[in-house]
Parts: sequence; structure tokens; C-alpha cells
Amino acid sequence: MNIPTDLKYAETHEWARVGKAKDKDIVTVGVSDYAQEELTDIVYVDLPKLGDTVEVGADCAVVESVKAASDIYAPVSGKVVEINAAIVDNPALVNEDPYGKGWFFKIKMSDPAELDDLMSDSDYEEHLAEAEGEDEDEDEK
Amino acid sequence: MKDLLIFERSVPGHRGYALPVYDGPKKKLVEMVPQELLRERGADLPEVSEVDVVRHYTRLSQLNFSVDTHFYPLGSCTMKYNPKVNDQMASLAGFANLHPYQPASTTQGMLQLLAELEQMLCAITGMDAFTLQPAAGAHGELTGLLLVRAYHTQRGNPRKKVIVPDSAHGTNPSSARMAGYEVVTIPSAANGEVDFEAFRAALDDQVAAVMLTNPSTHGIFETRILDIARLAHEKGALLYYDGANLNALLGLARPGDMGFDVVHLNPHKTFSTPHGGGGPGAGPVGVKGALAPYLPAPRIVKHVNAGAANAPRPAHHEPAFALDYDRPLSIGRMRTFYGNVGILVRAHTYIRAHGAEGLRRVSRGAIINANYVKAKLRDLYDDPFPQPCMHEVVLSARRQKKQGAGARDIAKRLLDFGFHAPTVYFPLTVPEALMIEPTETESQRTLDRFIAVMRQIAEEIERDAAMLRRAPFTMPVKRVDEVKAARDLDVNYGKRNA
Amino acid sequence: MDYIPNTDADFDAMLREIGARDFDALIAEIPPALRQSQFELPPALSEPELQRELKSLAARNRSLDQLLSFIGAGAYEHFVPSVIDHLASRGEFYTAYTPYQAEASQGTLQVLYEYQTMICRLTGMDVSNASLYDGGSAVGESAFLALGAQPRRRKLLVSSAVHPEYRQILRTCLAGLGVQIVELPTVDGVTDLDALAAKVDDVTAAVILQSPNFFGCIEPMQRAGELIEPSGAWFVACVNPISLGALKPPGEYGADLALGEGQPLGIPLSFGGPYVGFLTSSQRLVHKISGRIVGRSVDADGGRAFCLTLQAREQHIRREKATSNICTNQSLMALRASIFMAVLGKAGMRELAELNLLRSHQAADAITALPGFALKWPRTPFFNEFVVTCPVPARTVCSRLEREGILAGVPLSRFFPQMERELLVCVTEVKLSSDIERLADALRRATEHHELPISHR
Repeated sequence: MNIPTDLKYAETHEWARVGKAKDKDIVTVGVSDYAQEELTDIVYVDLPKLGDTVEVGADCAVVESVKAASDIYAPVSGKVVEINAAIVDNPALVNEDPYGKGWFFKIKMSDPAELDDLMSDSDYEEHLAEAEGEDEDEDEK
Repeated sequence: MKDLLIFERSVPGHRGYALPVYDGPKKKLVEMVPQELLRERGADLPEVSEVDVVRHYTRLSQLNFSVDTHFYPLGSCTMKYNPKVNDQMASLAGFANLHPYQPASTTQGMLQLLAELEQMLCAITGMDAFTLQPAAGAHGELTGLLLVRAYHTQRGNPRKKVIVPDSAHGTNPSSARMAGYEVVTIPSAANGEVDFEAFRAALDDQVAAVMLTNPSTHGIFETRILDIARLAHEKGALLYYDGANLNALLGLARPGDMGFDVVHLNPHKTFSTPHGGGGPGAGPVGVKGALAPYLPAPRIVKHVNAGAANAPRPAHHEPAFALDYDRPLSIGRMRTFYGNVGILVRAHTYIRAHGAEGLRRVSRGAIINANYVKAKLRDLYDDPFPQPCMHEVVLSARRQKKQGAGARDIAKRLLDFGFHAPTVYFPLTVPEALMIEPTETESQRTLDRFIAVMRQIAEEIERDAAMLRRAPFTMPVKRVDEVKAARDLDVNYGKRNA
Repeated sequence: MDYIPNTDADFDAMLREIGARDFDALIAEIPPALRQSQFELPPALSEPELQRELKSLAARNRSLDQLLSFIGAGAYEHFVPSVIDHLASRGEFYTAYTPYQAEASQGTLQVLYEYQTMICRLTGMDVSNASLYDGGSAVGESAFLALGAQPRRRKLLVSSAVHPEYRQILRTCLAGLGVQIVELPTVDGVTDLDALAAKVDDVTAAVILQSPNFFGCIEPMQRAGELIEPSGAWFVACVNPISLGALKPPGEYGADLALGEGQPLGIPLSFGGPYVGFLTSSQRLVHKISGRIVGRSVDADGGRAFCLTLQAREQHIRREKATSNICTNQSLMALRASIFMAVLGKAGMRELAELNLLRSHQAADAITALPGFALKWPRTPFFNEFVVTCPVPARTVCSRLEREGILAGVPLSRFFPQMERELLVCVTEVKLSSDIERLADALRRATEHHELPISHR
């Protein structure tokens, strides 16, 4: 399971990468390696519109596999300033390169303090381990 | 050669029809319709002879599994045998060749049949009135929830929420949303029943309805149904019965007696009308008296005098049965005309054939058959709910999944042995779910063969799970690539839709 | 009569294998209080008794085999090729379920793929689903889709020339969503385009027009589309598939959704159902439309194969977030429509549409030649249905002709109380010159002794 150390993570499996220098209030958003694997082959992506204002925790994109659909939630509030049209044309990019070519959109943050509510890579790894544990419990019933 | 598409059979100039020759006064097309409203190029439909049409569709039919050809234990779908007499009766010209707007004086037999069906459905379910208008189960759900909304609105507040268990069919939450309600999902308890405490906690005076399937999609009876009904009614909420699983309860227990206020039925399940490759079905909705004023219009009414022994005979032009459109509190209309009448004729015929005792035998047979399959497979497949099941059994292929082949692979492998697959991955609450509904119309012998194959497949997985993941091997096509179908979308021949 | 193969002895043996004392042990979970209720049904019938009973009910109806009917109004008497009944009643189609297991359902899947393609070619649209319930619920469905995809647009415009029952369905099924539904008035039997232009705006989710409309009149769809387009609202065109053999298809006048009642395509009248609704969209809305959709793919050997696709839109996966709750559709009716379109084909669909036009105009000419009868909107083009104004109330005309075994049409007062003398008459390809002569003659006799009102002398 690939969990890059330079990213922040949401409980709902989105990652957030904060820009450098003049882009330091721009956050790039995608889904984690774990999420793409759980979703299986992604066949369709619906992205927010450029210029949309999103609230932290609000659903703003959708990914579909053959047997499932999942909402993607904004990890921070702000305005959508860029979207990755490449994954709309070729959704497989999300499976192939979730932290690179498979990014979803960029948000210009309205409240950078929200970043503090996201998880570090180690916290996220722990979160995944817990989630797996719960699944096991479920299985035992 | 692969099976051709009808478009690939097309040859310019071939034709399979003959229309009457027009012998009236000559008129040019543009004298009737201005040029700018006319089509320039004809629609590019196939040009084929009648014999080509017959061979094409006959050949395609042979690529299907069906109840007429195969055991089809698709859980939650009640794929029982469809008696042929029902179809023959529905195709009588006196039923099949009636226009919906013919005067009621010319459709008395049809109206009588529909009125009788409404009464019989009331008796079977313990409800007070039925509408036959909805075209399918999900359509019935939306109808039922709009009735719920009208009922509450009349009392001053439509309310905001509908409670749905996590084991429910997806149509339940979807219908609730379409009726303008917020969906509150409640979990199932370990024994497969609704988590009673979670239900109690979710219930408040903004809940418009509680939607339940009983027996649930876990194939088991909700033993606390009377408590659930009492609590719901105390809060002013209505209880909605999803009739998908009524095949378990005919003559054994009635939704109306359990406290349900609204029910929808699926004649294409319970009353054996054919599924037609996905429809048509029908979705009659029954209600308790308090909701009857809201039912869709028109209602079939019988003139009060018509049947009474000493009443004057109705005049020739005054039919006994009529359609009443004057229903001031009605929610309105869900479908054109009066519903999927051809399906309703079949349901009527089916119920008339059985009578009350016959219907009891139906559910008894369905329950024994399902428990037999359960008893014979529970050592090899996980059985999440140990109590006796009702008309269907939900097993889990979790063990097999760990060995390398899951519910999907088992489903595909069954096809190689001439059995349609059970429903898989539903309900969502059971991992690797295998939902098996044998129905009452299968013999012990057929079930024994199915059980033997299921046992063989479990052994095959232990030996060679990789082989299972490639199944099926004997069908007209090998495993179909569903990911490609969605990514390189092609839903209209000759046009790329991706 | 039942259809249960196991005998009581078989069941007893099975109960022993299950380890249950008796059947009651299996249903011990049902509270005893619920098991007390008795109910009565008419006694069970053997098959001969059943046939007799149903035949006697059927005989109490007068079918169109016995009557000469000119009733249309949303359900049409058309030629049904014999091959349709023959092929569609094959058990392999008839008794199969929704094709979830693609490998065991290639027949149904290919039929539906071909159906989608034929409907697209007929409508000129890019994408079709595999069927909805009927034309009316297709209109309701289109509203759900337009509202769901454009959450900020909360208004719908619908022409008052759309079938009254379709409009009623629209109002009924949207009752919970707090949507404004505005009806557009008509001029000369078609939608008032000035009113359309004035009312369509950036909060309008969809504009719903029907052509030919309820009155049989052909709407100016092209111009309507041009008026709708700048607002961003969806243009929803409800069309009669038979008319598309001759009339400009929705794909050529910019419709976003095209839909309608598919009953005219080889489906019996059957007192109003089962019918089939078709629903098509432009490419832009492929992920927005509802219902089953079949896609072409390949199997593991690389050969052509079909399966259900885009299922993640649907209720069984997306539950309360689905585009629609539709599950069971009308596949068997879609099969009938496919066979109909295959039998008629490219040339036949045009010939059929032209024959409908010719026969309806022949009848309109014959009726309006009678004293006191006139076309309601003589300047408006119509397809296979038209409105005539009668010298006496249309209900009177109809009841007089009914005594002769003729159903003259639908008196419009049924839907529009002020249209007392207006009669909606439908004439399709199944009517011959002799039928039209019989109708005209009966109308003449039914009204000849009537004192005409001044305006019609």
C-alpha cells in the first residue's frame, strides 16, 4: 500500500497536497492508493465545475466502478481553480497513478487552518488498519 | 460465425412487410405537412425479410437462460414457473384488443376482472383498498410514498424522513428520495433482523414512514414486527410494506394484520406473471382505509344498485362497473390509463386457479424448498443467520473467497452446469452473498441436482480456485468484460458513446 | 390447481432432512397472533373451469375486432405483424429475468442493444435506455432527471398540448420536490411560442413539448428549440415513434431528451398496458439518463459480447443517490418494438407514416365535407389524429355511433370541459377507404336532423 509521506489525508480517503511558494494556498486533491484499490477499475469520473465553491466535507465529485459509486469529499473549503480533464477521458489513470496523473482537482483554500484537521501519512496508515479491523468484525457476525 | 446483429443482416431492398395500398384521393406529402417539418433521410433501420427476422430472434432467444429452460434460483426475484394458461387468457381479444378509452359499456368484463383482483389482493394482504395503476414494484413504492406524503400533508405536516433498513432493496431509499424525503438508514442486528434499538432511536415525529420488507432480504421474518408497528404508530409514522417477498407469507400471515398501512405487491414475483427479460411487471398498491381517499384516480366503482337482488336492473346504457375520476383528495395519476392490465389479467388468473388453500400451499412449498437447500449447503457455505429461513436463503461465500474464488465466480460456474446463478452481492449486509430462492415450483429432484453442483463447486474452489475465476466455459460467450463496456461505452451500434 | 411438483410425501421427507418436526416448526418465528387470520377467496378452479371463467369475462367486452374504432389519444390501433407474437412469446425471452448474468443472457442483451440502436436511429438521438414503463411515466422521469442534474433550476415548463394524463403524472410524481410547474398556452392547436419565450429562463430545468401533440397537431419544434437553447434549460421532446417515419426527428432539432410512448410499435392495446416508454438523450447527457442500458464489449476470448453497463447510476448501487428508482422495466415490450422496427425497416417506417398521414387526411376531408363539421384548426398540420368541431355535443355523436358499433373518437370534453363539441379522431393505416366512408355516413345520419347553430350554417 503506497502512502506518500508528503501528503495529508482525509478519513474518506482523499489526499491533499499543499502547493509551494506562491501556490501555498492551492491544494491538489486526489484519492489514495487504498481507495482506488477498493473501488476497483474506475470507469467514470464526474468532477466539480471550475469556479465552484466547496465546503470542507461536502461531496463534490463522483467516481464509479462497474459495481460501485463513491462520492469524493472536499478535504478543505475553497474555490475549485483547476480540474484534471485527463481522468474524465481516461478514468484508468486514477487506478494507475493515484498520486500523480490521477489527481482530481485543485482548491484555492479559504481557510488554511482546516489542513490541521487532516491526517498525516502515519495517522492515515493507522486509520486504514483500524478500518480493516472493523471489516473483520463485520465479517464475524 | 458469431451471431450477427440485425443491422449486419440488412440488405438494401429486402422487406418483411406488406401494407395496404392507399386508394383514396391523391395527395402529396407537402400538401399535408410543410417541407421544413419533414424528415429528409429515412431512419437507417434494418432491411430484412420476414424469414430473416424469425431466424434472427429465434437464434437470440436460444442464447438465454430462462425459467422455461433452466432452474433460475435468483434470490429476491421469485423466478417461479409461469403457467401458460395465464398468458393464453391475457391474449384473448376480449382483453388484449380493448382501447383504454372505449366506453365503459363495452368493457364491463375487464372492469369486473380488475375489481375482483382488487378485492382478492385486499383479502390476501389484509388491506382495505388497492390501486392497480403502478407499473412495477419501484413505481408502486413511489406511489405508496406519495400516498404517505398526502396523508401527512392533510394532517398539517408532510414530515421529513423515511426510515429504511440497510438490508432493503435499493429502490426503497431511491423512491423515498423521489418522494421528497430524507432517508435514514438503520442497521441490521446480528441475527439479521432490524436492529430494534437503532430503530427506536431513529424514530421521531418527523418520520413519515418506516419501509420494511418482511421477510427481509435476509430471508428471515422480522419477529418484532408488532412492536415496530406499535412504536411507529405511536409517533404518527406509517408503516410501508415492500411486497418483494410476499411469496413467503401467502395464507400464513398478512401485512395488514402486522400493522402495515401501505403495501406494494409484485405480481411478476408472487403471482407468477413472466418477467420478460426485465419486465413488464406491475406494482399494485394497497392501503388501510385512512389512506384510501388519496389513491390515484380513476378508481373502479360498482354502481350500488347493480348487484342488489330487488334493485331495478340498470338500464342498458348504464353499466354496473365504471371508472370514477372524481376523487378530490387523490394524489393524481402515476401512469397513463389503468396500469399494466395484461399483467393484471395473468395475476387474476393465477389467484383464481389457486384459491386461498392453494396460495397457502405455494408459500409452504417455497419455505420448505428454501430450508432444504439451506440444510444441505450450510456445512460448506457460511450461513450467517442460523434460524430457519422463509422463502429464500442467504449464504455467504466468504470462506470460498479466502480460497481464491468468490460469489461472482460461483455464479458463473453454476451456468456451466445449466443452473442460473443465485443473486450475488445482495443484500449488501452479507459479504459475498449468495441469495438463493428456489420457489415452490421446483421439485426435490431439481434441488438435489443443484445442491450437488454447489457442493462440487465448493470442492473445485479448494482444488483450483483459478479455474473458477475463468468460468463459465460452456456458455455462448466467455466472461464478459464489464470494465471495457463502461470505459469504451458503445450503446448505439455504429456510434461511439465514450 | 397449483404448479407444485413435490407431493406431500416429498415435503415430509424434505422436512425430515431439514430436521424440522413439521412445517410449523419452520415458521415458528411468525407470531401466533398473526397466524390466526382467515381470509376468503373464490374457490380454486381447475384449468378447464379457469378457461371458461376468463373467457366469459372476456366475452363481456366488445373488442376492436367487433367495433370500428377511431379512438387514439395516446394509445393507437396499428398493424401488429404476426411474427411479433410468435417470437416474443418464446419462453427463452418471456420467462427470463433482467440480464444480470451476462453470459446466460446474451439473447436479451443483444435484443436490447439493437433496440437502443433502432430507437436512436429513429429519433436521431445518441443514446437510448432499454425502456421505461410508458410514455406518461417517461415524461415524469425526464423531469426527475432534469431537476436532479440541475439542482439550482426548480421550474418546469410544459405545454398544455401535452397529453392531459402525462401532465397529471408530472404533477403527481413531483409532488414531494417543491417544484414550480408552469403550463404554456396554445394557439391554433400548438404551443404558444411567445409565451414560451417569455417564460423560459435560467431557473427553468426543462421545457416539455409533445409532437404530434395531444390534439394530433405537429408542433414547431425547431423554433421552440431555438427559443429554449439560450436559457440552458433541457429541451424535452415527447414524440410518436410512428410519426418519425416522415417527420423531422428530435435529434435534428436540438432536443436534449427525446422520449415517448412506444405502444404503436407492435404492442397490443390491452386496455392501456403493458406498454413501453422510450427515453433517449444527446451524447452530453449519457451519464444522466436513467434505466437499464446495454453496452457492447468483448468476452475473455475477445469476441463480441454484451452486458448491462453504467450500472453505478442505478438504485441497486447508489440507493438514495440514484438518478431514478427504476428497476423492472418493459424489456419484453422493447423486444416487440424491436421486431416491429426490424420487420418494417427503413422503407416500411416511412411508408407507414405516410399511410397514416394519407388516411387521416382522407378522413378529415370526408368528415369536414359533412354539414356542420369543421376542422378545429384548419391551418395547423396534423399527423394521424385531428380535432373536428361537431354540430352537436361530441358525446352525443359518440353515443349515437356506438349503437352502430362505431367508436367515433374521444370527446374532448372528457379533458377540457369547454370543448363540448370537439371530437378527437384518429385514423391509422389499419383503416380502409370503406371504413372512412362508413364513419362519414354514420356521422351524417347521426347529425342530419339537427338544427344547426347559426355560426355553422
